[in-house]
Amino acid sequence: MAEEKSKLQSLFEQGEFAVTCEIGPPKNAQGDGIRKHTEHLNPFVDAVNLTDNQTAIVRLSSIGAGVHVLAAGGEPIIQMTTRDRNRIALQSDLLGAYSLGVRNVLCLSGDHQSFGNHQGAKNVYDLDSIQLIETVKDMRDAKVFQSGEVIKQGEPRFFIGAVANPFADPFEFRVLRLEKKIRAGAQFIQTQCIFDMERFEAFMDLARKRGLHQQAYIMAGVMPIKSAKAAKYMQKNVSGMLVPDGIVERMSKAEDQPAEGVKLCIEQIKHLRTIPGVRGVHIMAVAWEEIVPEIVKGAGLLPRP
Amino acid sequence: MIVAEAKPLEEILESLQGMSKVLVVGCGGCVSVCLAGGEKEAGILASTLRMKRELMGDPLETVEETLTRQCDPEYVQQLAKKLEGIDCVLSLACGVGVQFIAEQFPQTWVVPALNTKFAGATIEHGLWEERCGLCGECVLARTGGVCPVIRCAKSLLNGPCGGSQNGKCEVKPNECAWQLIYNRMSELGRLELLLDVAGAKDWSKSRDGGPRKMVREDVTIDG
Repeated sequence: MAEEKSKLQSLFEQGEFAVTCEIGPPKNAQGDGIRKHTEHLNPFVDAVNLTDNQTAIVRLSSIGAGVHVLAAGGEPIIQMTTRDRNRIALQSDLLGAYSLGVRNVLCLSGDHQSFGNHQGAKNVYDLDSIQLIETVKDMRDAKVFQSGEVIKQGEPRFFIGAVANPFADPFEFRVLRLEKKIRAGAQFIQTQCIFDMERFEAFMDLARKRGLHQQAYIMAGVMPIKSAKAAKYMQKNVSGMLVPDGIVERMSKAEDQPAEGVKLCIEQIKHLRTIPGVRGVHIMAVAWEEIVPEIVKGAGLLPRP
Repeated sequence: MIVAEAKPLEEILESLQGMSKVLVVGCGGCVSVCLAGGEKEAGILASTLRMKRELMGDPLETVEETLTRQCDPEYVQQLAKKLEGIDCVLSLACGVGVQFIAEQFPQTWVVPALNTKFAGATIEHGLWEERCGLCGECVLARTGGVCPVIRCAKSLLNGPCGGSQNGKCEVKPNECAWQLIYNRMSELGRLELLLDVAGAKDWSKSRDGGPRKMVREDVTIDG
């Protein structure tokens, strides 16, 4: 049986500045890629997020992927969206994931199915992300299912994560929403990718004023950009992302754009570490996982505990 | 009202294949107001179908009738005298009307001419929008009079997801319902209300419990 307590939680409690990254599971039934990535990333990160059919595209499940991470010696954070499963399936999968050794869950509403490869799908949204957080917490602390029925033994004891997007609107509500998530039971928070540092600092300022940085471990999300084209695409097409013109410009001018993207990401992490209340960094290098070690090293975050 | 729109003509023609005499039935209720299935639309559809079938070398005979409401057995019964020699009824009502005709006349084949869309209202001439999700347990008191159940693409009950930007939902071109809620709450000085965590909704009161029935003994005739 795996340890009862999440390794990630222990690190936070020891006061470590945590580093997590993300692996996007494949669009097939092969787990060896996930295991290989895990082995490669293990010395550089404390835990790995496994996305749950991100952008509503069918992929190997986050729980399945999490088990591959465990097998390769890593610490998985399974993402769980409320888009595709009702409260029965969500709770059932939480039991299953915990029984397989998964200890961290990140609760989200998920990208709308209209972005994905099954646009005629019916979304579920029986629960929203905050209600899912509450459910995971109640299963652990009150030992009850969402219905109120008692879990007689072997309740899942997850370390509960949630996301926050300081770049979506309405801005002032973003902090209140973070507070709601924490009230519902979120213990760690991963933010959307930060490009607009000024806005993130304003967000953290409001969060600190409400004491939220003392109630949950807030991890700042970063994403290394591979090209000016990618930066422009995100600026124009991704809802809830703010990419300042300055970044697009800097990327456009660079001779070696991937190298510039890495450099920028390292600078961002160094700066984020100085912001009070930021307790870790979450590096989202989806489809560019191999770059994570260089970033972690460059940001001076080695060795990992 | 219930908002509906005409099915594609090809689909209607296909559903009338092999029929030579059709009773085209309009409805004077909601679908009349939303310009989809009233007397005028029934007339236009009947003549369009006749012309199309003529061109196809398979002429169609139509009889037209528009009822005050198709969701009322009393009115639907008025069709009884019109069914003689009819192969099929083409109803321009919402799904309720089509079913009421089917229930009242078990021996009659009935097909819909409309797609029933939503419970909504006219925003401007030619534009209708959904406003009520018919969830069976109204939350509008908590959300400043803006319904997140139906106006949020994810039916979120605790605030906007991360895809809300500049007032728009990530599902374009929708407005973000939670931005609207936020605006109302902040104008009315009730933002604090949005800090309460709304618990899981009881969807059994919505369609998930199967077809819903409502009984009010104070108004039943034998009650």
